[in-house]
Amino acid sequence: MAHGPAKGFSRWLFTTNHKDIGTMYLWFSFAMFLLGGSFAMIIRAELFQPGLQIVDPAFFNQMTTMHGLVMVFGAIMPAFVGLANWMIPLMIGAPDMALPRMNNWSFWILPPTFLILASSLFMEGGAPNFGWTFYAPLSTTYAPPSVTLFIFSVHAMGISSIMGSINIIATIVNMRAPGMTYMKMPLFVWTWLITAFLLVAVMPVLAGAVTMMLMDIHFGTSFFSAAGGGDPVLFQHVFWFFGHPEVYIIILPAFGVVSEIIPVFSRKPLFGYDSMVYATASIAFLSFIVWAHHMYTVGLPLAGELFYMYATMLIAVPTAAKVFNWITTMFKGSITLETPMLFAIAKVFLFTVGGFSGLMLAIAPADFQYHDSYFVVAHFHYTMVAGAIFALSAAVYYWLPKWTGKMYNEAMGKTHFWISFIGFNLTFFPQHFAGLAGMPRRIPDYNMMFADFNMMSSIGAFIYGSSQLLFLFNIVRTITHGKPVNSDKVWEGATTLEWTVPSPAPYHTFTTPPEVK
Amino acid sequence: MAGQSNTGHETYYVPESSSLAIRATIGLVMIVWGASHYIDHLSKPEEPSNAGFILVAGLVWFAITLFSWFATTIRENIQGMNSAQLKHSYVIGMQWFIFSEVMFFAAFFGALWYIRNLAGPWLAGAGAGDMNTLLWPGFEYSWPLMETPQQAVGGVSGQMAAGHLANNGAFSGPEHHLSFPGWSNMLHWLPLWNTIVLLTSSFTCHVAHVGLKENNRKKFNLWLGITVGLGLIFVVLQYMEYHEALVEYGLSLSSGVYGTTFFMLTGFHGFHVIMGTVMLLVQFLRSTTKGHFNSEDQFGFEASSWYWHFVDVVWVFLFLFVYIL
Ligand code: HEM
Ligand SMILES: [Cu+2]
Repeated sequence: MAHGPAKGFSRWLFTTNHKDIGTMYLWFSFAMFLLGGSFAMIIRAELFQPGLQIVDPAFFNQMTTMHGLVMVFGAIMPAFVGLANWMIPLMIGAPDMALPRMNNWSFWILPPTFLILASSLFMEGGAPNFGWTFYAPLSTTYAPPSVTLFIFSVHAMGISSIMGSINIIATIVNMRAPGMTYMKMPLFVWTWLITAFLLVAVMPVLAGAVTMMLMDIHFGTSFFSAAGGGDPVLFQHVFWFFGHPEVYIIILPAFGVVSEIIPVFSRKPLFGYDSMVYATASIAFLSFIVWAHHMYTVGLPLAGELFYMYATMLIAVPTAAKVFNWITTMFKGSITLETPMLFAIAKVFLFTVGGFSGLMLAIAPADFQYHDSYFVVAHFHYTMVAGAIFALSAAVYYWLPKWTGKMYNEAMGKTHFWISFIGFNLTFFPQHFAGLAGMPRRIPDYNMMFADFNMMSSIGAFIYGSSQLLFLFNIVRTITHGKPVNSDKVWEGATTLEWTVPSPAPYHTFTTPPEVK
Repeated sequence: MAGQSNTGHETYYVPESSSLAIRATIGLVMIVWGASHYIDHLSKPEEPSNAGFILVAGLVWFAITLFSWFATTIRENIQGMNSAQLKHSYVIGMQWFIFSEVMFFAAFFGALWYIRNLAGPWLAGAGAGDMNTLLWPGFEYSWPLMETPQQAVGGVSGQMAAGHLANNGAFSGPEHHLSFPGWSNMLHWLPLWNTIVLLTSSFTCHVAHVGLKENNRKKFNLWLGITVGLGLIFVVLQYMEYHEALVEYGLSLSSGVYGTTFFMLTGFHGFHVIMGTVMLLVQFLRSTTKGHFNSEDQFGFEASSWYWHFVDVVWVFLFLFVYIL
């Protein structure tokens, strides 16, 4: 087993090594982040001023759709799977993932699938244009021909996700080092265990949704057609049964990341470890019974509105418990503000803003006003960009020295942070106001009264977007020119197992399991 | 057996590298590309297309890859490379795979529940708003749905022309349905026989398992063979039922939402029965020709049998919610 990596490109094609696969996931997701980001830049350029400027409305719709799909399924989810691959075996003292060949397959499905999906931009009729939520009948009766390709791409991504998750579950359940009981696992591992469960539970439902679409479009079924006795609203139920747990699939590993980072840089153990675990589990449970809060305006019966409203508000309780725990961890700690900590604190703070707007949206009668407005766009970017992508940035800075054995440039990291922070807020904070004043989402043109907010948004977006190039530059420079760290325990306050192996982590680690006390 | 490390733990077998994943990916990509272009092509058969060929080639390629993948794991197991811990990983993997299948069927059962209990009555005017007087005047809801809302208002022309769906979006209900025909006609009712066949097969599968645990290969082979046979009989009966539905009852995918849910639920189930039968057949051949499995080492069979019981349970729900209630 003392072999190093194979030479040449076949190393990456044939690898079964969790570190190689994690690295590929991370680079792939970064590429998708830039691709999805460039779609966003087109959107913001068009919205810089009222009136139609740069792209025609049909193409604008393709951009919003592809932006959402690429960011959710191509950037955020694979990035967290990449972290899971790299870190879970290291954190639980396992030699590798439980099912290494399947692991490689889960990764390699993704690049060709996204290539196929992106190629639909050049197809006759254009790329999917029905929004990342692909509501029927927009995505069935009125869909462009590329919808078929889209459906099969979603199937392929789903296969990849399900296999990846099964692997993570098997690894955590079966491969913990002796003495690593469940309640000793680092929280990142815990949050991923629960996330993987959510994925196995809801990705098949998404597969069901797109299968119903396929049959409606090509084989004459009437799931989503009232003329045949079906119901377009059924689509929304099936989709959001997947979709709401999906947003927690995105955020739970991010919770895990900040639960690792904040204690290290506060030099205090995490406050309320047990309650963190229970909060994560209750969030996961509740996420299955709140989906119709996305559908308050479709004409649900009153009892339904009330049920989903109260259930949704209930989620704020375990979520708040987490936020309190992070704050209490920092309280009276000896805090230092290196880049990972800056991103982690910003994540907690800005995610809380997103949580608050979520609570506002959860109030059914109020949502009649907010629904499908820029307020919703502001809400979910606070949760997904600040909540998930800030956590991902934090994770990359935090673990990069372990991955590469070299230290990133701290000044550049902090610059990246502050530009991101300012750019992000400048982009999305004004969208709250635009939305409350009535600006609808997914439109290429708008009323003059929204002009100022939109110009701010666009400038912020260009700032945020370009700061990611600095991020990329910093990573590449660390790999090529970074200062070697020369110690296992890179961060003074670190306690988890990955900091007991050399930096960079050798190709094979924990071939004999460590003893955990 | 698996190597022991100096701390007394078994070492976990991590294959050095493998081309299986890439080969499987190539197959999958061919299937994705081929299937979507082939299906698109169905509506414009005059244009030349090689998508069908790519789809078939992808399927064959994928089947071959899967075969060598399983052959590899079986070989590793026989060579004793698999520690007890690795074997347990396979067990966990199979269990969660079946769970994901449960959720896939849950989506379709959920859709059936929603259509029967909410969408249908609402279309016929139940609940607040009384929307059917405006949209579908004269539509009455009953299950199985024999007349679609579209028919109630006078066909496709009676409603807004819809996009570019298959069939031009025309849905006309069936002449007969396949639900419970009453006690007197029970014995001519195929679903009942299907139920009997499948329940019996779950039982015979269990007997085979008992035989294996007793290391009684003859018993194992016999009952496993019977199980495979029952699986085949089920598929044949299901085929007969489909034939009857399509040809005699005028029931098809486009017969409105009854045909939709009927064929999609029974169709996916039937597909899983075929998969399960193939899986059991492979285990049967492994046992009869290669002498694989004994009371200690039987994961391939066990995994297939779990799958088989799962398929059986799905049928019980189908029988209840699609045929009887
Ligand atoms: C306190 C917790 C949260 C509450 C109460 C909440 C509530 C809501 C509600 C009611 C909506 C529907 C608004 C509408 O369409 O009218 C919504 C939309 C959305 N939320 Fe949240 N949310 C919460 C947390 C999150 C998190 C953690 C994420 C993701 C990481 C998230 C992502 C989204 C997305 C993506 C949408 C919009 C989907 C779309 O229509 O495109 N939310 N949220
Ligand atoms: Cu939600």
